[in-house]
Amino acid sequence: MESSRELRVSKIREGTVIDHIDAGRALHVLRILGLTGAEGLTIAVVMNVPSQKLGKKDIVKVEGVELREEQVSKIALIAPSATINIIRDYAVVEKVKVRVPPAVEGLLKCVNPNCVTNMPREPVRSRFKVVSVRPLKLVCEYCGAELNQDDVIKQLTGGGGSA
Amino acid sequence: MRGRDVLTITDFTRQELEALFEEADMMLSALKEGRRLRVLEGYVLATAFFEPSTRTKLSFQAAMLRLGGSYIDLPPEEVSSRAKGENLADTIRMLDSYADAIVIRHRVEGAARFAAEIAEHPVINGGDGTRDHPTQAMIDLYTVRKALGKIDGLTYGVLGDLKYGRAARSFILGLSLFKPGKVYLISPPQLACRRDVLEFLEERGVEYEEASSLASVVGELDVLYVTRIQRERFPDPAEYEKVRGSYRVSLEALKGAREHLVVLHPLPRVDELAFDVDATKHAWYFTQAAFGVPVRMALLKMILKG
Repeated sequence: MESSRELRVSKIREGTVIDHIDAGRALHVLRILGLTGAEGLTIAVVMNVPSQKLGKKDIVKVEGVELREEQVSKIALIAPSATINIIRDYAVVEKVKVRVPPAVEGLLKCVNPNCVTNMPREPVRSRFKVVSVRPLKLVCEYCGAELNQDDVIKQLTGGGGSA
Repeated sequence: MRGRDVLTITDFTRQELEALFEEADMMLSALKEGRRLRVLEGYVLATAFFEPSTRTKLSFQAAMLRLGGSYIDLPPEEVSSRAKGENLADTIRMLDSYADAIVIRHRVEGAARFAAEIAEHPVINGGDGTRDHPTQAMIDLYTVRKALGKIDGLTYGVLGDLKYGRAARSFILGLSLFKPGKVYLISPPQLACRRDVLEFLEERGVEYEEASSLASVVGELDVLYVTRIQRERFPDPAEYEKVRGSYRVSLEALKGAREHLVVLHPLPRVDELAFDVDATKHAWYFTQAAFGVPVRMALLKMILKG
């Protein structure tokens, strides 16, 4: 039985639970999912709760949504320890740990305006090598420019960096 | 090395560079003896310079001709299809179908890598933006080896715009493939070497020190690599006037230098290297420019024929 001191978040019937998100980044995850709340879906956002792995963590539960591959790739870049649980009929039917790939293609824009990937009318996709996951450091394979966690958050959420 | 792209100096190993230098020695002897070579007879090199160039372009063309090959040259923008808005990718596809290898220079960083992804034939980076100029670094290292008999164990000074200068950057990266004694990085603070280059030196265990003036280190150097400090890099012209004297290499500035000091410069120079140095035995920069032909001959032979 749950102790009354613990936070209760009701289980969802069908949907996705994203657990082990870096503390303070749950709202970034919602942005990546394109959810504002206005969609009418049941969404639970839990922030800054104790976590053995991370010290503190965030959790996002969304009823009725399963993630696309591109969304999972993006979540990996801002919450590299996240686990994605797919829920059907109140049970976890699949649990996946996100993985930061060795290279990120097409998802991010190079910060160097003089990089070939930023040239208009050229058939070229951005490509970054992941040099370090924590702290996140990506290096453009074309021009060598570096992207850090703030750059990536800004680009993926269209908002400010930090946290 | 057959079929290889030449995009950055660090794509090469020390062994590959040494093999290249040995081949360049043979090319140099052939040139000196006036022997006519036919090694690349029937081969065509495309030179595509989207940015101005004198030495790089002409020495690649001369190298190709000296090996019995020929070249085609992309015309200036105003008389070619680029004036109609043709993109880089389409231009490269065309050159790739006309030639056996392409040398490209472009102001955009990563342009050579992009071209190499499109072209089936080898692509040689003749300079991209502020990043890489690998064949210049090959020539520079070759010149050191010719002048002093080795590259390892020497004390180097690299002076000038270490932040935006692609020749200086490539030379420093090239040195890290060898075992230099020590590398002094001499520049105004606003043009200091970038973090990624310093990290690379650290990874490779190269001893380096950043210095803010030539005077403090000149007496220790075996090789001084001089590059231009571009006025336009300084937001305030007064700031430029203040620092330029400290980075000017002249007879006066070389007073405390070692007898055998080798002064290199990728050229063109403006006023960072005084004409009064030309007559001294420190002046290796014209020889360095001349070595552009045998080194590029060696490279072309190795990537086209193995």
